[in-house]
Amino acid sequence: MILCFDHVTYHYPDAETPALDDVSFELEAGEFCLLAGLSGHGKTTLLHAACGLVPHFHGGTFAGTVSLAGLDTREHGPAHLGGRAGVLFQDPETQLVMSSVRAELALGLESRGHSAAAVARGVEEVALALGIDALLDRSTHELSGGEKQRVALGAALAGRPKVVLLDEPTSQLDPVAGDELIGLLRRLNEEWETTIVLAEHRLERCLGAADRVISLEAGRVSHDGDPKSFLKWAAQHEPDLQTPGAKLFALAGLNPAPVGVKQARATLRAREMLPEEDDLGAYPAARVGPTPSDVPNALSSASEVAAGQDRRSERARGLRSVLGRRDSIPSALRMKGVWHELRDGPAILRGVDLTLAPGESIALMGRNGAGKSTLLRHAAGLMEPTRGRVERAGRVALLLQNPGDYLIHERVAEEAPSEALAAVGLAGMAERNPKDLSGGERQRLALAIVTGGAGGAGGAPIVLALDEPTRGMDRGAKAELAKDLRRRAEQGQAVIVATHDPEFAAACARRAVLLADGRVIADGPATELLAGGWYFATETARILGGAGGALLPEEGAELLQAPAALEVVA
Amino acid sequence: MNTRLLFYRRLASPLRATRAGVGAIWALALTAAALILYNPLPLAALALAVLCAGACVGVGRQLAGTLRTALIVGLPIVAINVLASREGLTVFARLGNLGPFGEGDLTVEAVVYGAVIALKVTLLMLITTLASLAVDPDELLRGFRRLSFRSALTASLATRMIPVLGADAGRLAEAQRTRPEDPARGVRGRVALLSAIVGGSLERAMEVAATLELRGFAVAAEERSRSGRLRLWGPRGSGTRLPGLRAGRPNTRGSARRVGRPWSRHDLAFLCSALALLALALAGRLSGAASFEAYPLVKMQIDAGTFALCAAIAAAVLLPFADRRGIDR
Repeated sequence: MILCFDHVTYHYPDAETPALDDVSFELEAGEFCLLAGLSGHGKTTLLHAACGLVPHFHGGTFAGTVSLAGLDTREHGPAHLGGRAGVLFQDPETQLVMSSVRAELALGLESRGHSAAAVARGVEEVALALGIDALLDRSTHELSGGEKQRVALGAALAGRPKVVLLDEPTSQLDPVAGDELIGLLRRLNEEWETTIVLAEHRLERCLGAADRVISLEAGRVSHDGDPKSFLKWAAQHEPDLQTPGAKLFALAGLNPAPVGVKQARATLRAREMLPEEDDLGAYPAARVGPTPSDVPNALSSASEVAAGQDRRSERARGLRSVLGRRDSIPSALRMKGVWHELRDGPAILRGVDLTLAPGESIALMGRNGAGKSTLLRHAAGLMEPTRGRVERAGRVALLLQNPGDYLIHERVAEEAPSEALAAVGLAGMAERNPKDLSGGERQRLALAIVTGGAGGAGGAPIVLALDEPTRGMDRGAKAELAKDLRRRAEQGQAVIVATHDPEFAAACARRAVLLADGRVIADGPATELLAGGWYFATETARILGGAGGALLPEEGAELLQAPAALEVVA
Repeated sequence: MNTRLLFYRRLASPLRATRAGVGAIWALALTAAALILYNPLPLAALALAVLCAGACVGVGRQLAGTLRTALIVGLPIVAINVLASREGLTVFARLGNLGPFGEGDLTVEAVVYGAVIALKVTLLMLITTLASLAVDPDELLRGFRRLSFRSALTASLATRMIPVLGADAGRLAEAQRTRPEDPARGVRGRVALLSAIVGGSLERAMEVAATLELRGFAVAAEERSRSGRLRLWGPRGSGTRLPGLRAGRPNTRGSARRVGRPWSRHDLAFLCSALALLALALAGRLSGAASFEAYPLVKMQIDAGTFALCAAIAAAVLLPFADRRGIDR
């Protein structure tokens, strides 16, 4: 066996409850193992224990044994174990320690005393294997997020480790780069028998590649089995860990739960629940090009998440009907021909036209570097356009990517007014230290900070902009946030969310805007834009081929339970 | 402050196409020339050439920024020299008796000498900026790893961490700007903000330390000394008998030899440029073509030889940039 946990119990220093509680399992060489579990239930700690950071780096109380490739982690520290296990954490920025990509890839080999020839060969091979050979002479601080994550993976793989441990490596990547990374891991696993241990929240992205799923709950192994058995277990014991496809099948009363889109479609086709030939052209298409739009409040009944197909179509028709009436409806935020051009550099935004009506909710999507964050900064007035203008009907609150950046005081009560804390459900935590809050609670506190109280400076915001608010969140926390955003939209606040997560986008937004290369390339109802694609589409939409604009499992299940609806749209 | 402006960036240019060691030697030769020469004309020619070189490398804007800073530094140098120097003979203002500082006579010679020192300081700042922007620090420090692996690695890490920490601080400051009320208001608010910045830096340092630990930083010295002993005492290829190199593991410490990087046209051109610069500076100083004395009266050589020296210095600095073949690596 390559990795063995034997009755491992671990407490972080000064912690009362164990982060790992009597964990035992064995992994054979060449297995692709997925670690599942809600936030704060021990996935990261388990990975740290596997590579020796626990207990050597973090301290604390450790019981039991962990053996990695024959080395007992109590006797060998992470420096020795690092030669057998490559490790990739969530934030690539902290894993790149050298200035150039070549030096980064060479560091581990040089540290372990490999000869110059072995270092040169190792760097070349890993660069070719990961497709980063063109980056070798680039500076690490010039790389995009996706490139940084690939280089960090390359640095972890340069010594040809037997095991690769990955902690949510796709959380900062767009859907395309995330899928590429998972495909790459599968290739490493199949071609070189590299054992993969991957902790991930978005299970639908990688469940199909996994041989085995270990689920953790409060530091204990709650399930250990193949992906099919995991989905069956999750449906009964931990619905928040269900993939959207599995949830769709469960709600529609279908069995077994599908591991991926292909299997789901095969099952539906065998039961004659899918049309033989999907004609995506039959579905209404999103408007292409920079199309500012407005949504009448009558169409924004945010409580109707699981409305029927007719209502979805009606909503989409209504949304499209007002696309042309851009100036007749009052706007909360209007961007007119906004350009952001860097001196001696590229244009980040290229003539963006975008209008948000009060009560409207928009999902802003696109690849890493498409200009989403820059657009939100312009909306909030943190940046000034080099051309064009931004008109705001009131204050625009912007929540940036890292909630920890907002927390500077020692008491929650000092960070935000009590009114704002109550609005995000943190009224009872006013005396706690913000650093002690969980990831989801920190996010809510940051939201309270930027929105402030109605009586505070600038009053209540008329627009709420959020930049990648779901990074590192589990499905339950995302659902809570989506619910909160829908509530705010219902109350008349315009909401715009930049996200890479189509499931979250579908849950919180009525309208979707796709950015590419600083331009709005598609703008339309979410039911159309997130229904017909490969990458920027929810799993439910991909399973149903975009039928009826169903994005969420609840909507898809409704369609499946009324097969006539599928025939109509096909 | 955007710290990225002062750190190595890869843009295609002949200087960046050279090996880092040659780039560093070239920068050292520029520095030596700036220190050897005193005549303002060759110094000005050198400064102009360095600015042109910066433009060729694509960092002209950053050098212009350094020039502005150098002017701010240079003015006090001139002022202090004028007030402190008592060696000149051409008095242009009398401030009277300054008590313990004696007579306050301001001289033209002190102004000229102060200006020359300010010009030299400006040159050194420009050369340092150019070198830090155009010479790969990792490649340069790798050369020192044979002497002290950890020290060189730590220096590499420091060069990488400064912009990272700068970006962290920028992110934190931006987050505070999105608050409806300024949290840094009052002493308490400022202390809280400062504490958050320090705390964030320490957290970042811990994360980087974990990464370094996993990359074998802690065993680096031990592993390298082991492989060093192997090379000294063992026969070629005896690495296969080392513990840890069991069957199935690649032989990474055997007789395979890394083929060295060939000398490119740019390596040779910049090395020649460095040698020519040193020779010209020394020749100018020794031959008298660049002679200069500030005290007691200003005596500066200005003739055809001086102008020829200026032209030769500018040519020596800029000629390597004329060949732009194979510069993108």
